[in-house]
Amino acid sequence: MDLYEYQAQELFSAHHIAVPRGILARTPAQARQAAVSLGSPVVVVKAQVKAGGRGKAGGIAVCHSAQECEAAAERILTMTIKGHVVRAVLVVEGIDIAAEYYFSLLVDRAERRWLALCSAEGGVDIETLARERSEALARVPVSPRSGLDAKTAARLVRQAGFADELREELVATLVKLGEVFVAEDALLVEVNPLVLTRSGQILAADAKVSLDDNALFRHRSNTVHRDDTGVHELELRAAQRGLNYVRLGGEVGIIGNGAGLVMSTLDVVARAGEDLPGSPRPANFLDIGGGASAQVMADALDIVLSDPQVCSVFVNIFGGITACDEVAHGIVRAVELVGKLPVPVVVRLDGNNVEQGREILREAADPAITLVETMDDAARRAAELAVHEPDTGWSPDAPAGASQSPDAPAGASQSQDAPAGARER
Amino acid sequence: MTIWLNEDSRIIVQGITGSEGTKHTRLMAAAGSPVLGGVTPGKGGHRLPVPGRELPVFDTVREAVEAVGANTSVVFVPPARTYQAVMEAVGAGIGLVVCVTEGVPVQDSSRFVEAALDAGTRLIGPNCPGIISPSVANAGIIPANIIGPGRIGLVSKSGTLTYQLMKELSDLGMSTAVGIGGDPVVGTTHIEALAAFEADPQTEAIVLIGEIGGDAEERAAAFIADHVSKPVVGYVAGFTAPEGRTMGHAGAIVSGSSGTARAKKAALEAAGVRVGRTPSETARLMREVVQSLPEQVS
Repeated sequence: MDLYEYQAQELFSAHHIAVPRGILARTPAQARQAAVSLGSPVVVVKAQVKAGGRGKAGGIAVCHSAQECEAAAERILTMTIKGHVVRAVLVVEGIDIAAEYYFSLLVDRAERRWLALCSAEGGVDIETLARERSEALARVPVSPRSGLDAKTAARLVRQAGFADELREELVATLVKLGEVFVAEDALLVEVNPLVLTRSGQILAADAKVSLDDNALFRHRSNTVHRDDTGVHELELRAAQRGLNYVRLGGEVGIIGNGAGLVMSTLDVVARAGEDLPGSPRPANFLDIGGGASAQVMADALDIVLSDPQVCSVFVNIFGGITACDEVAHGIVRAVELVGKLPVPVVVRLDGNNVEQGREILREAADPAITLVETMDDAARRAAELAVHEPDTGWSPDAPAGASQSPDAPAGASQSQDAPAGARER
Repeated sequence: MTIWLNEDSRIIVQGITGSEGTKHTRLMAAAGSPVLGGVTPGKGGHRLPVPGRELPVFDTVREAVEAVGANTSVVFVPPARTYQAVMEAVGAGIGLVVCVTEGVPVQDSSRFVEAALDAGTRLIGPNCPGIISPSVANAGIIPANIIGPGRIGLVSKSGTLTYQLMKELSDLGMSTAVGIGGDPVVGTTHIEALAAFEADPQTEAIVLIGEIGGDAEERAAAFIADHVSKPVVGYVAGFTAPEGRTMGHAGAIVSGSSGTARAKKAALEAAGVRVGRTPSETARLMREVVQSLPEQVS
């Protein structure tokens, strides 16, 4: 979970790290009031979005009066930066900058430990700096068991080439940032720029913090940072029911078990859709996990069918520990719970007790359900079923199966037992 | 030979009296895997009935090591206690720890991964389906009835994709299949599995399954180019994944231009790995590879 700058700065303050004074504003009038309250001759209005490149996009403005601040907020509050709608601005006091530095501490996936980065050249795009002048960016591995201690921080500061008289205070600040990282179960703490003021103070003038969702159970207070604005309503509903659902906006609803298999299913469906009229795409990612009960399957179908763009659904199950007959019972009961299926559903079962599972679905004989043997064929079938003529387009009231493409091969509703890969191009 | 899990493996289950622990202990035992007992603090002295016998429950891993000679542990304890459980297993000198638990805080896993590396413990996971050497032993939740022994090795982040490939290659058999898990920080990487398969005389060809997020597949590709002489067939999931969204696995996220499926596929292909576009095509490529292998001397 990424935090907004103002939330990250609140965490920093709680850990006694100096940050510029600032006030959050959600309207231009609040921004004006914030400028007045700060009483600073210069204020900076900063868009609060979880995306980089705010400055370049025009999301940061330096203002010399409350009126200017209000006008800047009015402009910035209508912006969308890299797809993120700006809903708030942080108004901060202007600071007298002597120098700008860079610092971050992160989980280094590749090296399986933590990594601290620091540069005496801050305030710039760090990826560019790393690429073009990598010698200016000091990197020191950090042991997850000892954290960023004073010794490691001192090594980092020395490697970054800071002047001797700065080192002591910098090390103290970095150690505190390292404490934030550990105490809050962060995956990333980044300060760009870390500022040295003309009065010699070190301030975290920007803050980027990403917290570990897996660790929220021991940080109940951090759940207040959870931010549902901009999250699709269906994703919220799915999350409430404990379903792992990501809306993608295509036409073929996807339900599967296991994250890897579901990701793979999306790819196979997208590929199958490429050659079809209108190029149908996967509508969502939905992993029902292991041991799918009838209720979980019903919830999953309900969520996927609530997406008005969905024209067909592909249920792709590999029964590992779970038996396919249980899954099939789940689908049948799910259909009872959902009521009549409004769009065709293609089911592919494989693995444990697959024959029993297929038999259960055949006996249920729901005209909207098509059983296809292989994943590749099933994906193609689901994509074909999502294609519809513009004139006689699918509508929620249309009878089941109405979305069948006239181009669909005859007899396709029950696929022949094509060998795996037989239809590969 | 197989990798990591073999005839000498003596398995215990940490969290054996929890619902998942009990269920999978019974499945492992029913499949003939050498499960000899388990650990649940405070439940020492209990016995867990499994098909045909009863397994002893111990309070600590150390007791289990002393009593039944455990050298392999499968961890099913909940995320809040996983750190302690893995550290206990590492501290007790367990050689192979399989951590199945999903949802472990990443800082916890990075700490116990470091401890395992320092101690020389082979840790697989967290958030993984485990490891199986068909007909020899099974440690984790991979179904034992899909495939028999053979000469293909498999390493994957994903459980269900592993099962899918095992099913598609079931007539050929496998030496060992390892599910390394979908978390950002894991105890065993693709590279370590590749190195073990390269050194294993039973393994003659390798399936590598990757997915979006991080650069483990790119690193694996570089390793293959320099160090793997056996044929490798690959598959990468997540071409359709949008940037910045986590796709089920905590580690499966595309950040900017890094971690994309396209980049991973390209890196693998540049290293001479044949990469399938679907799991079925991947299985077909492996079939071609196996057919071109020299006849087995038996």
